[in-house]
Amino acid sequence: MRRISLGTALIFAGLLAFIVAAIGADVFASNDPLRQSLLLRLRPPGTATATAYFPLGTDDLGRDLLARILYGARASLMVAALSVSVSLLVGVTLGLMAGWFGGWVSIVAMRAVDTMLSIPAILLAVLTVAVLGPGFFNLVLVLGLTRWPRYTRVAYAQTLQVAALPYVRAAEMAGCGPGRILLRHVLPNIAGPLMVVATSEFGLMILFEASLSFLGLGIQPPYPSWGSIMSAGRQYVVRAWWLTAFPGACLFGVVLCVNLFGDWLRDRVDPRSQGR
Amino acid sequence: MIALSVRDLSLAIGRTNIVDAISFDVAPGEVLALVGESGCGKSVTAQAIMRLLPAAIRQTGGEITLGATSLSNLPARAMRDLRGRQIAMIFQEPQSALDPLATVGNQIAEALRQPLAKVRAEVRQMLVEVGISDPDRRIDQHPFELSGGMCQRVMIAIALIARPAVLIADEPTTALDVTIQAQILALLRRLAAERQTAVVLITHDMGVVADIADRVAVMYAGRVAETGPTAAVFATPAHPYTALLLASIPRLSDVPKSALAVIDGQVPQPADYGAGCRFAGRCPRADRRCVAETPALRPVADGRLVACFHPVGG
Repeated sequence: MRRISLGTALIFAGLLAFIVAAIGADVFASNDPLRQSLLLRLRPPGTATATAYFPLGTDDLGRDLLARILYGARASLMVAALSVSVSLLVGVTLGLMAGWFGGWVSIVAMRAVDTMLSIPAILLAVLTVAVLGPGFFNLVLVLGLTRWPRYTRVAYAQTLQVAALPYVRAAEMAGCGPGRILLRHVLPNIAGPLMVVATSEFGLMILFEASLSFLGLGIQPPYPSWGSIMSAGRQYVVRAWWLTAFPGACLFGVVLCVNLFGDWLRDRVDPRSQGR
Repeated sequence: MIALSVRDLSLAIGRTNIVDAISFDVAPGEVLALVGESGCGKSVTAQAIMRLLPAAIRQTGGEITLGATSLSNLPARAMRDLRGRQIAMIFQEPQSALDPLATVGNQIAEALRQPLAKVRAEVRQMLVEVGISDPDRRIDQHPFELSGGMCQRVMIAIALIARPAVLIADEPTTALDVTIQAQILALLRRLAAERQTAVVLITHDMGVVADIADRVAVMYAGRVAETGPTAAVFATPAHPYTALLLASIPRLSDVPKSALAVIDGQVPQPADYGAGCRFAGRCPRADRRCVAETPALRPVADGRLVACFHPVGG
């Protein structure tokens, strides 16, 4: 067994906590995140009533903040996972084809990448949501369809490298078609760097989801998202610090863990940084 | 009967001719060695036969026929179906010619275009035939768990499992130890004879040629200089290049008494090929005609063809 350092263990613990909280939100939350109680508005953390306990306090409509943060974690995880999948699929497909076929395929694909990368992502998201309307699926679609260029670049560069290796030439000489060579021989051999990109994008997606929800373009009320909780808490930040502090801390902690996990993964995948 | 026939194959990079009207035939079960130094066009000839030339190189003429099928005008799709099934290839660096992430069994099964589960018995049998011990364990191992010699045996298994009519072996033993080389050559020789596979063996090693080739075609600067049965070519080389090449192989009895025999000068670059014989600049027998005219291949003794105006002993 390889020894894992304390830091690495903490990263894994943080990520695991996030995923478990998101999946088991209904188990861990003792209160309904949507149930309002105007008599219990803006109660501080630790408030207990005869029937309920609010460990992280309540928001401006008297809803349990802990429950909202747990369900918000679920929204974050789902948006990030789905949008990373969409952009991974689009980006890697384009990158593989550009790297393998070259010629006009690579020219079209790589110029599309340059174009996408020169449009501010938030602006594009705002415009798309304005046209399609806000909501969970549109959010996934917007994030997924704007964030593929990085995968395309990495997949393209890696495919160019791997395609020149003898075993890919051997597969060609053995009569494999392009589909089979790309899926069976190239893709598995470039998966490492792609996973590293996907991890760092995953952290970015969580931030994007929070930002868009903060702007009111993401998850729509009354459903909770860390961004929208903070957005609502913004006006009470002097009276009720917990409304912005707790979701903010969660966001910070999770994204930090994801990024550190990405660094760890990169060190494991990239042979040049091994043994250091 | 002829398994593979190459007629007047010419290849060029841009306007520069790199392979000039070479021709050879291989019969089923026969091993033909294509021998020559680096850059003489051996490997591109193999790639041209597979119709997988690098983008910069064009076929400017000639005809390649596999059995009764002309490969030159075959649609890309049909050509792909022939590769691996009718005509297979093995390479120089066996360890890097295997996919590092796929198991041995999966890679062999791929040559049959079948999932491993379906053809496992056949794949196992092939591993036995190429002399891999403990096939039940090896079949699920990855290339990094095998030695170089074993990897080359796996390559041979991949190439031969679909029973192709023609096998092209591009320097198959260059990266291996001398002892392993001999084993691999013997294996190739035996499997080719058993399965009646025609083998085109590309090499620069005269020792390898002497070991297993029935016939040899000596290439120099993109042309065939001499071709014929191996024994006859080795015994009485007719082309001055072949003669000097064989004379330059050090003999154990000469060492360390004499200096190594060398051929003076260098192989001309493709851009500097003149109108005449390409060996003329280095040839002790060359005269004015050799510089001005290209000698055609013409028959000499023992069923040999030689492209020289002043052949040795003739």
